[in-house]
Amino acid sequence: MSSFNRALKCRECGREYAIAPIFSCEFCFGPLEVAYDYDAIREAATRDIIESGPNTLWRYAPFLPCDPAYKVDLGTGFTPLLRADRLAKAIGLDTLWIKNDTVNPTWSFKDRVVSVAIAKAREFGFDAIACASTGNLANSVAAHAAGAGMECFVFIPDDLERGKVVGSAIYDPHLVTVRGSYDDVNRLCTELSMQFNWAFVNINVRPYYAEGSRSLGYEIAEQLGWRTPDHIVAPMASGSMFTKIWKGIKEFHHVGLIDEPHTRMSGAQATGCSPISTAFANDTLNFIPQKPNTIAKSLAIGNPADGYYALKQMEETGGGAEMATDEEIVAGIKLLAETEGIFAETAGGVTIACLKRLVASGFIKRGEETVAIISGGGLKTIEAVADEVTEPLHIQPTVNSFTEALSARRGAPVSV
Amino acid sequence: MPERHVRLTFGAEQVREPLVYQMGHQFKVVTSIRMASIDRSVGWVILGLEGDEDEINRALDWARAKGVRVDDATLGDVVEG
Ligand SMILES: Cc1ncc(COP(=O)(O)O)c(C=O)c1O
Ligand SMILES: [Zn+2]
Repeated sequence: MSSFNRALKCRECGREYAIAPIFSCEFCFGPLEVAYDYDAIREAATRDIIESGPNTLWRYAPFLPCDPAYKVDLGTGFTPLLRADRLAKAIGLDTLWIKNDTVNPTWSFKDRVVSVAIAKAREFGFDAIACASTGNLANSVAAHAAGAGMECFVFIPDDLERGKVVGSAIYDPHLVTVRGSYDDVNRLCTELSMQFNWAFVNINVRPYYAEGSRSLGYEIAEQLGWRTPDHIVAPMASGSMFTKIWKGIKEFHHVGLIDEPHTRMSGAQATGCSPISTAFANDTLNFIPQKPNTIAKSLAIGNPADGYYALKQMEETGGGAEMATDEEIVAGIKLLAETEGIFAETAGGVTIACLKRLVASGFIKRGEETVAIISGGGLKTIEAVADEVTEPLHIQPTVNSFTEALSARRGAPVSV
Repeated sequence: MPERHVRLTFGAEQVREPLVYQMGHQFKVVTSIRMASIDRSVGWVILGLEGDEDEINRALDWARAKGVRVDDATLGDVVEG
């Protein structure tokens, strides 16, 4: 099987281009998106075929815009959809599910997008792959490049969390830390992408890369028993994942795998980088770029490429957007960990904090069956919570010392 | 001469002014609107600018002085999480 990607299509003017490593419309500068032969997909992806596929995102191979022969399979996707009753109760919902994407090979959902990007880059014949990242994408690109034996260039700002720096360096890419702000990394990488013939995952192969996030939508629908929830809450940086989940759900309906979806799609951002959520609050489809200042560095994109489409999608689905302060983000990480045993990075804290706000304000009704996307693992941003967790009891190796310390903590004697 | 592309973002105060028109008249630059969207409170336009580099910079400085935000027109940030 090769792939059912038919063409690239401009999201603004609808012009079509042949499949190639390009990303923007020559005519109107609109972003290009992959168009598919859905009749062929309908034949190749029945419920039975999908259910008998591998327990990874490759079970949806007919929907992916790359030839699976080029894949680097680290076991990405088909992550658990977990019933979160204790968290639901704490925030006031009847039914809540956590889509736990912290368990991907490099502990974030970025493995989904990179799975597609690296396969497509190899299919196009590139021998080097590159990205500009605040951490998670860097980790995933470096890991997949290692698995493919491809040369890899990863550009990151020089103030990243240690976990994210080491989490890329371990795969031995050309890791470049840029002295400067996100804006400086941006400018540099845009220039580099014009001069070097690399597959820049989030530039010239972005149309393919972004499609990988649709697998989140497919999985949610399949794991709920081929149906869709009332509400999905997802974190937004560029807004890409948020829009692709919904695209995936609509495609499942289009090829007849599920009934018509009525899911409301709501997005979550950090207050310190909230161009999309601010635009939603101001009731406009046009966001104003921001200079990020938040502990949620993985979401710190001030000029989101898909911000406009994210806002359109809120309008289309009756969803909304919220934002959370750094304190709320930390509280969100802790609440998820303490109620459900899932340790998320700051982006997960943003999602939980915003979900909580959306329920508290009545925007999400108690009875709405909701799925929250937890997109990255907590060991990557340990700095965010290291000083916020309860100190261990420090004791001597004696029973006495233990009972004394425990009594002191409880404020009541502990009987042996 | 290569065309330079910038994204101008307007706030409520500038949305009503014919800024692109004025820019083309006060400076020796040829402006072409490649994409735009405006509603009651904010708007943006992706503008193609042709002309002498210095003149283009002067035109953009003039726009900034009017309170318009000027960014290089890419598809948004290339840095990802
Ligand atoms: C953990 C995590 N969650 C969510 C996102 C949001 O991604 P998007 O740019 O698709 O909105 C990112 C990265 O940007 C991320 O690293
Ligand atoms: Zn176009």
